[in-house]
Amino acid sequence: MATASFVRSRRSVLSLAGGAALLTACGASADSSSKPSKGGTIRAVFPGFGAKETLDPHVGRQFVDMARFKAVFDKLVDFDAKLRPVPRLAERWEADEDLTVWRFTLRKAQFHDGRPLEAEDVLFTLSRILDPDSSERLAKNSLSLIDLKRSRAAGSRTVELRLTRPEADLPSLLAFTGTYVVSRRYRDPAKPVGTGPFRFVSFTPGRSFVGRRFDDYWDGAAHADELRILSAEPEARANAVRAGEAEYAHEVSATFARTVESHPDVRIVSTPRSGVEGILLKTDRPPFDDPDAAMALKLAADRERLVEVVLGGRGAVGNDMYGKGFAYYPEDVPQRERDVAEARRLARRSGIHGKKLVFYTSTAADSFVDAAQLFARQAAEAGLRIEVETGPPESYFTDIIDTGAITSHRSGAMPIPTYLSERLLSKAPQNVTRWRHPDFDADFAEARATRDEARRSRRYQKLQRTLRDEGGQLLWGHPDWMNAVSSRLHGVRKAPPNTRDWARFDTVWLD
Amino acid sequence: MIRYLLRRLGLAAVQLGVLAVLVFALTSLLPGDAAAVRFNEQAGLGQITELRAQLGLDRPLLERFADWAGGLLTGDLGTSLMSGDPVTGVITGSLGATAVLAGATLVLVLPLSLVLGLAAGLREGTRLDRAVSAVVLVLNGIPDFVLALALVALFGLQLGWLPATWVGTDGTDLLLRPALLVLPVTVLLARTVCLLARQVRAGTVAALHAGYVVQARRLGVPRRTVVLRHALPNAALPGVQELARTGDHLLGGVLIVEAVFAVPGTATVMIDAVRGRDVPVIQSVILLLAAVALALNLAADLLCHRLAPRSEAAR
Repeated sequence: MATASFVRSRRSVLSLAGGAALLTACGASADSSSKPSKGGTIRAVFPGFGAKETLDPHVGRQFVDMARFKAVFDKLVDFDAKLRPVPRLAERWEADEDLTVWRFTLRKAQFHDGRPLEAEDVLFTLSRILDPDSSERLAKNSLSLIDLKRSRAAGSRTVELRLTRPEADLPSLLAFTGTYVVSRRYRDPAKPVGTGPFRFVSFTPGRSFVGRRFDDYWDGAAHADELRILSAEPEARANAVRAGEAEYAHEVSATFARTVESHPDVRIVSTPRSGVEGILLKTDRPPFDDPDAAMALKLAADRERLVEVVLGGRGAVGNDMYGKGFAYYPEDVPQRERDVAEARRLARRSGIHGKKLVFYTSTAADSFVDAAQLFARQAAEAGLRIEVETGPPESYFTDIIDTGAITSHRSGAMPIPTYLSERLLSKAPQNVTRWRHPDFDADFAEARATRDEARRSRRYQKLQRTLRDEGGQLLWGHPDWMNAVSSRLHGVRKAPPNTRDWARFDTVWLD
Repeated sequence: MIRYLLRRLGLAAVQLGVLAVLVFALTSLLPGDAAAVRFNEQAGLGQITELRAQLGLDRPLLERFADWAGGLLTGDLGTSLMSGDPVTGVITGSLGATAVLAGATLVLVLPLSLVLGLAAGLREGTRLDRAVSAVVLVLNGIPDFVLALALVALFGLQLGWLPATWVGTDGTDLLLRPALLVLPVTVLLARTVCLLARQVRAGTVAALHAGYVVQARRLGVPRRTVVLRHALPNAALPGVQELARTGDHLLGGVLIVEAVFAVPGTATVMIDAVRGRDVPVIQSVILLLAAVALALNLAADLLCHRLAPRSEAAR
């Protein structure tokens, strides 16, 4: 077990490293914008994943992978900041009456090898994603509703997709991770040819990627000549921007953000509500098969305090529903307030009062252990005896599918229907709360087959309300997403990860 | 001498074999395997099972070990479970940076600690001795990572004199930007020089007080000759043995230094491999490090034998 504890101690070593940055903050400045100027090399540092990093746009799923894919490739559709689909390579789309036949019209775009984008490229891309022989294509499950045999090219720039079931949100499914459009001549992932703003130059997993501006980019050529996407640990990222060794650091801690707030050379670009932090309760087994027990925990949580302490105040309080600020979120549901007396009453009624409950957490995310410990103290005030246990971070998210009645949860930005379908349907792969209700599944199927957007929205919202009251999700906060940006870099927009304007280096420029 | 060498080499082979078994056993005790880790935040359990079969992780433990060990004997280290690339390539690609770091440290560590140790030892009890001893003690007490962070904060961030990280650099940049080496090598040197200098000082003091030196001085042999011809070889003895242990320490220090400075070296490869449960890579890197450590220790013992033929090596 020496190696396991070593990994953990390294984490704590590095979290101390934040102190190095803290020691050295001084000065004052704000973001300045200027007229875009051409040229230069942008160096952007992302969390590294060593040999796990890949160039295959249908396999890689780390932020550093996705930033590279975004530089080299495009998707048909992407998300705006509210996680609504917006056109990219597809300039428009339409569905038939029962939402099973979709037509996507492609814009005029060029691959880096000079060939034009055509419908056949899109069909090849889909067949590659849905390849039955590969277990690693990320969008394989979510796009499995596409019936490729019956889908076809209806003209050189029109793709007709036929589905095995009605789906109102097909454009969203085509905008998610692992859906980048590749050329139909794409065979060797080591030689990526896309339509994106940067041509591929070189790549070393876990270290660096180099791309050079593609002058014929359909969305307007990038400002910078060259883009380098680099991999590094949190404090090395922060230090690199502080020391002028990089212009952009993806994902920095609240501590770092605080220390550089007044620094002249670095600013923090903070995107509010970029995901969720929470606690998941397994509803298929005691004690949380009794909704009263789950509600006792939900009422015992002091959400303001959790946001204040665990997120360093950089986030919004959660209301036990995913996707605050995103499309289909029920904004009119009153905020759940702390009610210790009621929590105690429900705890007594469900028989968990004073009984030992284990909170199974890990260091898989920076916030997890802190949140678990603070929540355990809050719950104690309502007579709940919660003990925190820590498991291995590397496989935590896989482990908690089966183990742990109380577990930690965190999710990035995705459309609400995607979140529901991946985590809360009976057969959902990541159904950690074990929420298995055929009527819920049926309502969800009905919602996604509803053509009228207002009615569809009402249906999705109803599902969210049900979960809030009866489900096993205690979602206490929506953290801000923080990137550190050098004062030399301009035009960086606020955008949650996984959306169109996130990690976009074609629209930013250097002094 | 030859017999001794052969015996030691045989012993080393046995040690490496035992280590291989141990590392394999310990890694398999780690919770989660490469497939579970790869799909940690995504994908259904079905995909994990598929990948597990693809990577051969569903085979019995012994079979997997026999496979790997068989490959090792024929010089094939297998393929990485994370990237699918040959392990040999993964490791050699990372050796450059680590070798440069360790090499630069080893080149500097000997002269520095000899000078410091001798200077203090020859002037035992003087102000210089006390000053050197104090600095050495304090530095010895500061953990590597604290020293590394303090140096980064001061010289990298505050003063901006030296690069704070190696982010975005590779082996070729080292030749163009030697400044990259200064902070990491300083950290690696600090501990090792302290350990060695103390040994050299202690050895020098002990040798100068030894009967034969006192006698030689009484017989009128000049101090210079006594020190260089008689005291120094004996004083160096504990130092050389310590130097071998310094090698071990260096291998540990490299882990910390590579992490703090984001050096794309062998230690980084191993840390990533442990995180990814990439057993073939973990095994190979650890065996490599162990082989280096054993080689250093053997070399030190042989050197001791040369310096003082009465030591264990001669027997």
